[in-house]
Amino acid sequence: MKRKTFLQLTTLKTIAACALLTGAAGQLLAQTPVEVQFFYPVAVGGPIAKTIDGFAADFMKANPQIKVTPIYAGSYQESIVKALTAHKSGTPPVTSVLLSTDMFTLIDEDAVVPFDNFVKTAQDQTWLKGFYPAFMQNSQTGGKTWGIPFQRSTVVMYWNKDLFKAAGLDPNKAPANWAELKNAATKLTQKDASGKVSTWGVQIPSSGFPYWLFQTLSTTNGAVLANEAGTAVRFDDPKVVEALQYWVDLGKSGIHPPGVVEWGTTPKDFFERKAAIIFTTTGNLTNIKANAKFDFGVGMIPANARRGSPTGGGNFYIFKKSTPAQQQAAFEFIRWVTQPERAAQWSIDTGYVAVSQAAYDTPVLKQYGLSFPAALVARDQLPVAVAELSTHDNQRVTKALNDGLQAALTGSKTTAQAMKDAQAEADRILRAYK
Amino acid sequence: MPKPRPTASCVPTSNSRLGVSLPPPMEHRQHVIHIWLMLLPALLLLLAFTHWPVVSTLFDSFHSTPKGVRASVWVGLDNYRVMLDDPVFRKALANNLWFAGVTIPLSIGLALVMALWVNERMAGRALLRMAYFTPTVLPMIAVANIWLFFYTPQYGLLEQVSGAMGLPAQNWLGNPTTALGAVTLVAVWKEAGFFMIFYLAALQGMNPSLREAAAIEGASRWTFFRRVQWPLLMPTTVFVLVNAFINGFRMVDHLFVMTRGGPDNASTLLLYYLYEVGFSFWDTAYASAITVVLVAILAGVALLQFFVLDRRVHYQ
Repeated sequence: MKRKTFLQLTTLKTIAACALLTGAAGQLLAQTPVEVQFFYPVAVGGPIAKTIDGFAADFMKANPQIKVTPIYAGSYQESIVKALTAHKSGTPPVTSVLLSTDMFTLIDEDAVVPFDNFVKTAQDQTWLKGFYPAFMQNSQTGGKTWGIPFQRSTVVMYWNKDLFKAAGLDPNKAPANWAELKNAATKLTQKDASGKVSTWGVQIPSSGFPYWLFQTLSTTNGAVLANEAGTAVRFDDPKVVEALQYWVDLGKSGIHPPGVVEWGTTPKDFFERKAAIIFTTTGNLTNIKANAKFDFGVGMIPANARRGSPTGGGNFYIFKKSTPAQQQAAFEFIRWVTQPERAAQWSIDTGYVAVSQAAYDTPVLKQYGLSFPAALVARDQLPVAVAELSTHDNQRVTKALNDGLQAALTGSKTTAQAMKDAQAEADRILRAYK
Repeated sequence: MPKPRPTASCVPTSNSRLGVSLPPPMEHRQHVIHIWLMLLPALLLLLAFTHWPVVSTLFDSFHSTPKGVRASVWVGLDNYRVMLDDPVFRKALANNLWFAGVTIPLSIGLALVMALWVNERMAGRALLRMAYFTPTVLPMIAVANIWLFFYTPQYGLLEQVSGAMGLPAQNWLGNPTTALGAVTLVAVWKEAGFFMIFYLAALQGMNPSLREAAAIEGASRWTFFRRVQWPLLMPTTVFVLVNAFINGFRMVDHLFVMTRGGPDNASTLLLYYLYEVGFSFWDTAYASAITVVLVAILAGVALLQFFVLDRRVHYQ
């Protein structure tokens, strides 16, 4: 009996306390700043987290009414898993940096809002127009802007100047087109006494995400893999097959390693002089600069019908399931962090490409470009760069292409057959979005 | 020679044995409540994180994937029908059976040989045991990164060895005929040391007089192993077998680093494909259906082992 009274009393007290607390919280909420949770991935080396935290702190100093909480969310893949899972459970971050190619996935999941609603003033308009068009291709669809370029990259070519000299080539002149690349690679390929190749002329990695590297060939051959709406692909275009044939033939001529080439060990192959020319991301520039024990050059992807290379990397997105005040606050942070001075700093600290011409015009980045001209190659390639392959049900469609590319490179299918199969699979997947 | 299993002799079969009379009904009920309360935390955790997810996965596998504004609807066996026609799923299943079929006997056999060896009295025994056990201690992702460089064409460890012997160059992970074998070898290397520990413990628990008796009888080492050690090791073997089987379907971490299932799905395993479908393609319904198949395979094997194999095992 006594116990019961005690229990009742406690319950009453708890309820009272709760009510009091809720009231207090309500009052507090009116005064506390808008909180913006911000997920970001780390995909390259270097003190990324420190730079991001520094940005958030500086922003909050200038905007005390907003509280930005940066949260490290792992790799790109882990970040989208976390962000989408959080979205599905109803509590996504307010903003997140995710792959630009995830745009259609995020739209299909109804997870993000377009930026157009927030761009109101003429100043905002100028800001939005300031980004390189190449980066906006993966950020806009259906007349709306869904992503804001932030940590973006592109594929470039690196070459070993010492090996060029040894092979009798001009070390300061990179192969400018497919024919020159093949010629140079033939001269650069070295064999030991037993006939085994000790240095490959050229190496284009093909593990994991071969479609991205393949776009350097398909683009320069004048093909476009997907339409802007992300509802159709053209993998069986003769130009695409031809581009793949060029890649396969490099291997058949014995100047490119056979089979599937690992992406992760490619920079190391370059350091070890096992590959004289490699294709890889601009994001590896700092790594190669630090580890290559020889003079190296950075150049644009060799042209065929045209010049070109795909862009890559991450965009800012704003999530739907957050309050309008939070979304507005996130927008202000994104606009602030992509201003030329910050973009320039970010590019120097990380090796990513600065996202606007204005950033390259800042004194600090101009100075950096003078001292390290290789850092400017990516920028110079941007006017001819194209969107990274992205469609609805993106990962599935790119997997269809990846499987086809690997089948052709390992010789289990002809190039035409591989691309025909990839096209059929992609058509099947994209049926639902027509 | 089935013997009755050891009953848990530390638990009193009746209270009177301890000299305590049965408690009156009221106290007895309190006692029961007490027991349930003690069990509750573990039970709740198990229900929330194991049993409920299994049931909800089964439920999800009969529905379509919710996408944005489109809610999920009942589709019956559609996801399972898709699976039958999915060449990548079939490839993953075939690969996984091959992977399990090789890793299980190979890692257990190797574990047994290593255990028998380091059980002998010899110099440097502790060092050898440690060396064999090291792969188990290392995280799989680290192991995969090490092996990635072992397999690297041209300057990888494997290439340096085979190159010195005059063998042709190989791209182990980039060739569809060798990729699966290459990732399987890593699994065997990782597993064998772990199973060795169990065999070693069992060998050390054996009565030394058995060996002496065998020696007096003039039994050869092989006869001693086949007639005495091996039968006595059976309980350990069953335990190891269950673990090996589960690991045969669970070990995919290294694929993320080494091949990502490539080239052209040559090294894709079920769980890896499941992750791809679930968290790259976001087709959660189809992923649920694959999960159900995976759980069914594992449950089937576990039941078979517990009920069939266990009966044939000689427990001391």
